[in-house]
Amino acid sequence: METLIFALFASLALGSSIVVVAHKNPIYSTLSLVVTLFSVAVLFVLLGAPFLGVLQILIYAGAIVVLFLFVVMLLNVQREEMPHSGQPGQRVAALLGAVVFAAFLVLLFWRAGSPQGQPLTEEFVSLKALARQLFSTYLLPFEIVGLLLLVAVIGATVAARKPPEVEETASKEAAP
Amino acid sequence: MNPELVATVIKLVVIVGFLINVVPVMLWVERRGSAYIQDRPGPNRLGPLGLFQGLADAAKFMFKEDVTPAAADKPLFIMAPILALLPAFTTFAVIPFGPDLQVGGRTVPLLIANADTGVLLFLAVASLSVYALVMAGYASNNKFSLMGAIRASAQLISYELALTLSVLAAIIPASSFHLADVIQYQRDHVWSVLPQFVGFVVFVIAAFAETNRLPFDLPEAESELVAGFHTEYSAMRFATFFMAEYISMTCLSALGVTLYLGGWSLPWVEYHGWWGAILGFATLIAKISVCLAFFVWVRWTFPRFRYDQLMRLGWKVLLPLAIANLIGVSAATVAGWL
Amino acid sequence: MSPVPVSWYLLLAAALFAIGAAGALTRRNGISIFLSIELMLNAANLTLVAYARQLGDHTGQVIVFFVMAVAAAEAAVGLALFIAVFRNRLTIDVNRMNLMRW
Repeated sequence: METLIFALFASLALGSSIVVVAHKNPIYSTLSLVVTLFSVAVLFVLLGAPFLGVLQILIYAGAIVVLFLFVVMLLNVQREEMPHSGQPGQRVAALLGAVVFAAFLVLLFWRAGSPQGQPLTEEFVSLKALARQLFSTYLLPFEIVGLLLLVAVIGATVAARKPPEVEETASKEAAP
Repeated sequence: MNPELVATVIKLVVIVGFLINVVPVMLWVERRGSAYIQDRPGPNRLGPLGLFQGLADAAKFMFKEDVTPAAADKPLFIMAPILALLPAFTTFAVIPFGPDLQVGGRTVPLLIANADTGVLLFLAVASLSVYALVMAGYASNNKFSLMGAIRASAQLISYELALTLSVLAAIIPASSFHLADVIQYQRDHVWSVLPQFVGFVVFVIAAFAETNRLPFDLPEAESELVAGFHTEYSAMRFATFFMAEYISMTCLSALGVTLYLGGWSLPWVEYHGWWGAILGFATLIAKISVCLAFFVWVRWTFPRFRYDQLMRLGWKVLLPLAIANLIGVSAATVAGWL
Repeated sequence: MSPVPVSWYLLLAAALFAIGAAGALTRRNGISIFLSIELMLNAANLTLVAYARQLGDHTGQVIVFFVMAVAAAEAAVGLALFIAVFRNRLTIDVNRMNLMRW
């Protein structure tokens, strides 16, 4: 049963990630990213991290990608025309990349074998265990991340607003 | 046959049956209720008191011609109504609808998704409903639809913040995301609406905005943007959006009732065995019905918010209020008052 | 013992990372590059959670928690920058962002 779920959502993640990378229409790319994120969230739950799975949907799929969608629509991002004739040597580079990737995979399996994880205990999956770690050992990074989010909010607001000099020059011209 | 699987399937059938039947009942309540408020008879021809109006509406939706705009983005156009319906149905999975049942020596908790991360799952799935709106507006290839979709999604994500913060404040005294624990806390102490009244008000206002109901229904208002993001949808596709709106209203009411008004439990009542479960489910349905009647009442009483007033209310009033509420509830819990 | 070996998850994460990297290197559209970066971040998250499962330690999950928060911050600021750049250049085609080219 677990193998079936893994096979289904892993192939869904792979398929939709290829659509993200290859599709010309940015709206379809963004929506395929949602499917990928959802599949990865299911895989998190299979790996004994249900809290992270739910957070993945809440933060990534529910907020970040919505932001992407907004920007795509606001900027009216057009369909991208892929160059028909690739750069010279693009095919060779792609082939070389695939060979290197396969070599890495062989190395991964050779060294690591095929280890089974320990069986998932109720204690490992529970929220309390994660929270205990988060708020004791990792308390300082937690607070710093809070500060980081505040800085990001301020930075994003400043970066995206209209520049104020336009109104000043307009009022200077209108005054005398 | 795995007994847990059988129990889950039976619970699914009960809940989905309940949710599907909400729509025709709400149709009748909305029409007659609005007529009563506006001092006119309302539908009274089909059956006694017009009770078969829902059947007539269903038949109309099924037989109407389904028009798809020629330049519309077909896959997204077709998927948008389905995507609106999925989060609406799924969010009810974490709401407990009765006390634990003892069946043949094992305890069956009466909720579909017995996950530790209960409320977070609700919020996560509810936040996916934005995509249906955006897809509908974009795929219609219509400027009014796109404007309506962007406004609706901006409204949804703005009020999601206030909603999430008020939900978090409600579960802090119970120290658990699991809604059964929240109900148990309210049975041991008092319904959370009394000590956390500010949070309740924030939740109610945010719930109105999340379901696109008046006074926050500018994105789909007929006199404003034709019909907003569902302008180009007809017949069954429009009916699907309609259904999705009513079902998400029901699910948000169920969440509000569970967090603040005690869920399936009544104070000073004991719940035993099968009769207890039925009584609990009936209590939950009654409380949800009161909330839905309140939705209808507010819709036909208030004028609607303009878009900039709406955004100002969400960011400058509700969000600080929700944050202050969260801080207050946390302080009270640490001090031992809650 | 789980029937799915942990190395399968690592394999999937490696594949997702490679796909994301290919996208980030070949796309011309700024938003698409950003989406590919998010894909790479997700692949890294999957690796971390898989190792947390194998070693029975929660550290991997805590790191993923932080990575998600940082990714959210990065997405917000990055998209704000895109909007600011678009206001000036009226395009987000990264081949046209060539003011600093030698």
